[in-house]
Amino acid sequence: MTDPIVTHYGPKAYDDHPPFRYPDYKSTVKRSPEMDMVHIVQTLSETSGPGPAWAEVAEEDADLTTNAGTGGEAIGERIIVTGRVLDENGEPLPGTLLEIWQANACGGYSHWRETAFPAPLDPNFLGVGQCITDEEGVYRFTTIKPGPYPWGNHPNAWRPAHIHFSLMGPAWGSRLVTQLYFQGDPLLPLDPIYNGVPAHSRERLIAAYDHDVTVENWALGWRWDIVLRGSAATPFEEDH
Amino acid sequence: MAEHGETPSQTVGPYFSMRLGGAGQNVLAEAGVPGERIRIEGTVLDGDGVHIEDALIEIWQANAGGRYRHPDDIRGEIALDDGFVGFGRAETEFATGGYWFETIKPGPVPDAEGEFQAPHINVVVQARGMLTPVFTRIYFSDEDEANRQDQVLNQVPRERRHTLVARLDEASRDPSVYRFDVVFQGGGETVFFDF
Ligand SMILES: [Fe+3]
Repeated sequence: MTDPIVTHYGPKAYDDHPPFRYPDYKSTVKRSPEMDMVHIVQTLSETSGPGPAWAEVAEEDADLTTNAGTGGEAIGERIIVTGRVLDENGEPLPGTLLEIWQANACGGYSHWRETAFPAPLDPNFLGVGQCITDEEGVYRFTTIKPGPYPWGNHPNAWRPAHIHFSLMGPAWGSRLVTQLYFQGDPLLPLDPIYNGVPAHSRERLIAAYDHDVTVENWALGWRWDIVLRGSAATPFEEDH
Repeated sequence: MAEHGETPSQTVGPYFSMRLGGAGQNVLAEAGVPGERIRIEGTVLDGDGVHIEDALIEIWQANAGGRYRHPDDIRGEIALDDGFVGFGRAETEFATGGYWFETIKPGPVPDAEGEFQAPHINVVVQARGMLTPVFTRIYFSDEDEANRQDQVLNQVPRERRHTLVARLDEASRDPSVYRFDVVFQGGGETVFFDF
């Protein structure tokens, strides 16, 4: 019987991630474990994952300004968001599925859930998209810069402009959901979701304005690289 | 490495179902996929025992033969099954915090010692109000003997193992229905894994 390859991953960098319980973000208090996690030895269950098999997208999925399929274009500040998906060893991760969702230019989500915020919706903007990284690990979306929106965490609470990102990495253990923020946003220091990230790793969530990405007469460019948990060592190559 | 530190996790927020939810993603096996048809049902509960109305549960499993659809699972002698990837997603129902999956019971996969693990499904749970995901596993109450030998279950304190075992509804047939709740705090807190 052939043995499967078990790629060994280094320990997850929990110190670089937000804690489960962060009382300034009130909902975390009851939605966090109280007991310590149980450490287990990695098996194929943890080191495999759906990412490589599951990704299937169409090219138009990456353009949120037109993918509503109405024939009309979304209203707002058109932007390009691009970057590379790498692992901790700096290796590009081709074939990684990125799924994004976001508010429209007015801070409104195209979602059935009710909110007290009277943001108009844009019939030409669904606010969802997806793409797969190329051979160099590069992804690229065209979208509308999302607006900030209020939430009920504390008085006069506003989320900084952000885009939600979901990444299916090569392994179950490298699953990541995160948020992209924009360099220079004055709401960032006031946001408990952003501040839940330890100070030393917080800025990894901030996209930088990049004039080389900006397309003349078309859209402003933002660059943001994403790093997923990587293998602990170069996998041992076996002959079969 | 310092210059390539992990990108930190953030909450999925209240609107993830725009993209990550959606009908059909909680049905893993099309008709005709080999294996015992099962249904998993449960509720996600917060520290007050109140249902969580906006949680995302994702699962990853081997097929009935015990093979994962992944480049590292090179065991060519076990067939992959058309129409079965082994990945599913469910959002909890807003009114009840309930979720369900329809799939097939996974076969045994190897552990770190080359023995077989008990049949299990890998689970990751995220929600509004969670900044970092939690990982757990679903085992099956009618696999007592295999569960007793399972290397991963044996790394869990004995008195907490039951939180990982989905309970078979004995009256159910095709699909067999198992109950698996995710509990965040209190005496019945689900075991979450660090690996
Ligand atoms: Fe949001």
